[in-house]
Amino acid sequence: MTNPTPQAPSAPPDGPPRLVLRGIRKVYPSVVANDGIDLTVRPGEIHAVLGENGAGKSTLMKIIYGVTRQTEGEIEWEGKAVEVDSPAHARSLGIGMVFQHFSLFETLNVTQNVALALPGKPDLKALAKQIEEVSQRYGLPVDPRRMVHALSVGERQRVEIIRCLLQSPRLLIMDEPTSVLTPQAVRKLFETLRQLAAEGCSILYISHKLDEIQELCHTATVLRGGKVTGSCIPSQETPASMARLMIGKDLPVCEHGASTSGGETRLRLAGLSHASDDPFGTDLRDIHLDVHAGEIVGIAGVSGNGQQELLYAISGEAPLAEKFPVQICGIEAGRMTPDQRRTAGMGFVPEERLGRGAVPRMSLAENALLTAHTGAGLLKSGLIDFAAMEKFSAECIAAYNVKCGGPGAEAKSLSGGNLQKYIMGREIMQSPKVLVVAQPTWGVDVGAAAFIRQALIELRDRGTAILVISEELDELFEISDRIAVIANGRLSPSKPAAETNVEEIGVWMSGMWPGAEAAQEVSHAA
Amino acid sequence: MLLKLEARPEPSQLMAYLSPLLAVALTLIGGLLVFSALGTDPLEGFKVFFLNPVKDTYGVSELLLKATPLMLCAVGLAVGFRANVWNIGAEGQYVMGAVAASGMALYFIDSESAMLLPAMVLAGAVGGALWAAIPALLRTRFNANEILTSLMLVYIAQLAVSWLAHGPWKDPDGFNFPQSKMFADSALLPMLIEGTRLNFAFVIALGLLAAGYVFMQRSFLGFQMRVAGQADAAARYAGFSATRTIWIGMLAGGATAGIAGMAEVSGPMGQLTEHVSNNYGFAAIIVAFIGRLNPVGIFFGSLLMALLYLGGEQAQQYLNLPSSISKVFQGMLLFFLLGADVFIHYRLRLKGGK
Repeated sequence: MTNPTPQAPSAPPDGPPRLVLRGIRKVYPSVVANDGIDLTVRPGEIHAVLGENGAGKSTLMKIIYGVTRQTEGEIEWEGKAVEVDSPAHARSLGIGMVFQHFSLFETLNVTQNVALALPGKPDLKALAKQIEEVSQRYGLPVDPRRMVHALSVGERQRVEIIRCLLQSPRLLIMDEPTSVLTPQAVRKLFETLRQLAAEGCSILYISHKLDEIQELCHTATVLRGGKVTGSCIPSQETPASMARLMIGKDLPVCEHGASTSGGETRLRLAGLSHASDDPFGTDLRDIHLDVHAGEIVGIAGVSGNGQQELLYAISGEAPLAEKFPVQICGIEAGRMTPDQRRTAGMGFVPEERLGRGAVPRMSLAENALLTAHTGAGLLKSGLIDFAAMEKFSAECIAAYNVKCGGPGAEAKSLSGGNLQKYIMGREIMQSPKVLVVAQPTWGVDVGAAAFIRQALIELRDRGTAILVISEELDELFEISDRIAVIANGRLSPSKPAAETNVEEIGVWMSGMWPGAEAAQEVSHAA
Repeated sequence: MLLKLEARPEPSQLMAYLSPLLAVALTLIGGLLVFSALGTDPLEGFKVFFLNPVKDTYGVSELLLKATPLMLCAVGLAVGFRANVWNIGAEGQYVMGAVAASGMALYFIDSESAMLLPAMVLAGAVGGALWAAIPALLRTRFNANEILTSLMLVYIAQLAVSWLAHGPWKDPDGFNFPQSKMFADSALLPMLIEGTRLNFAFVIALGLLAAGYVFMQRSFLGFQMRVAGQADAAARYAGFSATRTIWIGMLAGGATAGIAGMAEVSGPMGQLTEHVSNNYGFAAIIVAFIGRLNPVGIFFGSLLMALLYLGGEQAQQYLNLPSSISKVFQGMLLFFLLGADVFIHYRLRLKGGK
């Protein structure tokens, strides 16, 4: 995501270790999340914890931060064995954590939010001053008087970091901090983290993004299936060699031929505007986009810039007042229900798999019925054709390599990647003319992600128009023929993927594309 | 040592079926304790309460007669409950079904047509459904909670029937009792077994149980309602109409409760009285859950509940216990069922304390 940096991380600092984990094991009722994990962090060290989703990174961090307790194993903090009882205890020891999903109150201002996390009743005026000092010292500009709901995601993350820094932590845990940032904001975050490390603060940096870890971290511990599979010095490795440690095999690549351009317009957004139902949501403003047969159009953007609202408007889950803004294969579909849009030729894969794309407590076969009832002929005069349903489900499981207990397995018993393959298969097997996919590989392991991207490309080659909305820039560049950016509820013009680059799209993600209105707010720019 | 509830990795299928049986067993034990506390020999009490009512054919026919309205109400309610549509007002819909059917019977009091009974069944279903349509409309139009509105409409229905029985529909030759004229023979349900009160409504109930089974387990519409009950975001994603789900859920319960009300006035009562409301509609809520919202389970659940009713009467007659004893049993049954249901998703673990 970021270019190779001029200042490669220096050698890991020496000194007595600040944190030592020995043989950490955590058993949940149905799964062993951590198994015999050893880890040592020294003062001033930026230590990466690298692993795929489900490798046990988050569990390990929760143990260190006192959110949950290990089943076995010891934690040694600055030379002394400790039992971390609670996050409050962890903070009193000098451990701070910035979560992937922020824990801020949107209706309070920055100072109030910070005060809530501090012990006692801090004086708000003095605190506001302190916040300003810290934010200046570490290059984290935030106005303490602003309300949190008006802050961009990047700014909210800064509030979280400042909240930790006010307690002068000696270990800072960062959980996937860059997943919500533009490339430019990532660069700024790294400067702050380097400065902190130079002052002696240790940092545990959780990520699955190899290039970031190479750029930032002194040392790395790699987890797979709850176990440590290796330790390395990232600057001496290549992304490929680290990926091998992480997934146990070579990183798969997609084959991506040129698109057969000049297909008919299958999905047209003609001046789509829609006020969000959520008071803190993003209103869509005058969105124009054409998606043609045989191409993949990607929409990039920092999360919370209107992606949700756009998807709801396209899928029909939030029907519009007018017909013309959404056109499917030439039919004005703005007021149609999701069902009717499916009949018109549109397939849709939502980002939440459990609870939206699939009913958790129903079997895979029944979940086939959810959208494929008519498209795959699973009904007989109003009654369910159970044989056809099982057959369709079994075919989907086989064709899309879904690892599960068969069509009878409950949807929630599947891993995220396998369920996503199933949902994707269910939609593709109905041969949609247009397929809209949100976050196709979110929380999906690398192998399944490659499979899903390949399936999308093959579907495109068969002439389907595909719209992909994703927050992973790498993914969009890998599969898209054209890329557009959504910022603040507005959509940029699209550009052929081959004629643009991460830098340019990064700038666009802050709302600054050529022709963007000068008056446009840039609160979401980080 | 400490007892701790721990989430199961996945819900226990075994417990889902075992839980109603466990609840029945605990209710029996609780009942024995209640009998002892009231100074009755528990074994004698048990015999009078649970065995006496079914000791002969007549007893069994009475059991089935009592169970019929419970089956009818519960199967309709289950359709809604599965979709998270909480119709608590089956009692009111039952009363309005009885009123509509009585209206038909009284209007055609001289008719001998064979079409009168089917027309009364239809009127009962429509009357109950119309009463259920009010909370459905309030919910879909104004998002008013159907639990509250359907419950409040019960009391309105009870007062309405009271007014009819005291007022316009009072039998002029009825010595001023609050009741209507006796229905003509053509407006009474035919008996199934000579010498008993078990009537054709039981056959209708079995038919509706079968229809409920097909609707809930085999039909696509029933599937849509189950999806709406389990995951509304998924229902929205699939394009299943939430409004339609609420309407079907409410109307199904209203229609079957209305038929149950019709069967009461056209069966054992033979006229409309102000005492037509006798809490079948509320008891059916317990029956629906005891039966796991499944028609087969509802069949057995309603037999059990009917037994509690009859047992209560027997206990009053032979043991000098208050008739409200059967309500105590109903309450215990629901209480223990809800308690036992916890173990579907959780299990008990012993934890060594420090």
